[in-house]
Amino acid sequence: MGLLSKKDAALIKDPLFDNNPITVQVLGICSALAITAKLEAAIVMAISVMFVLSLGNVIISLMRNIIPSKIRIIVQLVVAAALVIIVDLVLKAYAYNLSKTLSVFVGLIITNCIIMGRFEAFALANSPWRSFLDGIGNAAGYGIILIIVAFFRELLGTGALFGHQVLGDPIKKTGLYALGYENNGFMLLAPMALIVLGIVIWVQRSRNPKLIEEN
Amino acid sequence: MEKRTDKNSYTLLFAVAMTVIVGTLLAFTAQVLKSKIDENRRIEKQQNILYAMGVNENTGENDVVMIPANQVGDAFKKYIKKQIVIQGDKITENNKAYLIDLKTEQELAKKAGYQRRLPLFIGEKDGKTFYIVPMRGKGLWDAIWGYAALDKNMVVQGIFFDHKGETPGLGANITQRYFIDDFKGEPLLDKTGDFKGITVLKGNNDPLNNDKTDNEVDALAGATITSNGVSAMLKDELSLYEPYFKNLNKK
Repeated sequence: MGLLSKKDAALIKDPLFDNNPITVQVLGICSALAITAKLEAAIVMAISVMFVLSLGNVIISLMRNIIPSKIRIIVQLVVAAALVIIVDLVLKAYAYNLSKTLSVFVGLIITNCIIMGRFEAFALANSPWRSFLDGIGNAAGYGIILIIVAFFRELLGTGALFGHQVLGDPIKKTGLYALGYENNGFMLLAPMALIVLGIVIWVQRSRNPKLIEEN
Repeated sequence: MEKRTDKNSYTLLFAVAMTVIVGTLLAFTAQVLKSKIDENRRIEKQQNILYAMGVNENTGENDVVMIPANQVGDAFKKYIKKQIVIQGDKITENNKAYLIDLKTEQELAKKAGYQRRLPLFIGEKDGKTFYIVPMRGKGLWDAIWGYAALDKNMVVQGIFFDHKGETPGLGANITQRYFIDDFKGEPLLDKTGDFKGITVLKGNNDPLNNDKTDNEVDALAGATITSNGVSAMLKDELSLYEPYFKNLNKK
């Protein structure tokens, strides 16, 4: 990458796989379970988190020398909440339909552990530009997992992708359903999301032994 | 040496300043955008009311496409012939009836002595008359609401649901065509003419909803609470209009 130095590029690349916020840092699990029943919702969530995390990281990083350490968590929460609310209001005024799709996520973003985790672990100690890259990278890593989980849940749970029935019509019994295939309604529930996520972590760890702890 | 930012006085000052700045910023933004947001909500109400009576831009089988925002004002004038407010025995015409906030009315109705105002919109399309009734209830996480277009015998001609924060992929599917279209043709009254409502039921052995007389609609998998919320909303809200429809048929 000519644009970024090697160290900066690592900020984006690492969280995608070897230091993934969900599967390795175990942050943001709650939202990964809550909104991965549909692929579309997962993508919208990933984009929203990317926006809030990169912008929030920059703001926290700019303020890192003046934030009192005793109340830094509260400051981080205020920054995340204020950002999300302002974005929500602006969308409601100028992109009403989009804001309706997003309204579900507002609360999930504010309380998303990835946001707080990255503010605390990275932005408080690094320059704004590096914090920005870290935000993009972590949100992308988060998004990838969300999309993988949502892909399997939507496909196996409802036989659809992006809301389009790809395996035939489950009610009229066409396509695969004519052969006796049934949707697994259990896939739509949160426990199955956890199991899918567990499988993702398993696959990732067995491919990369470095991730396995010593004891 | 103690850092400057570790001092209690600094911490306190920072907290106060942050609260004031962020509070002002949020209040300012909300105030500036308020009129625009209210306008969007108003347009959405008109779109939803028209959708329930079949005025929409659906093309595909699974579409839920509202009439565009810039045309909805004219369409609303064209199709909605009359807006009335029912309050006890009193029926008044009011062309702002669609702006009545159901949540406020529901709250007020809990107090003794308050007769709840019930808005009703009378629409006409292709020679058919629709009585469109708004409703509001509780889902799993938050509010659900909708509009039902009825004929004079309280048979559903079209329905529209929306929600604030039901789970995507589960409860949020109450907005989907395969769910709302099931209501078409279902009566709210039972065979003897008493109010029964429509129950959203799991496993009624009629997923295609071919039986239009059973007052039942197939429920959404994995969304039991939302489905029950829809049943309760239909029952609680639409039964309030029963006297109006009884009167209508006497005339």
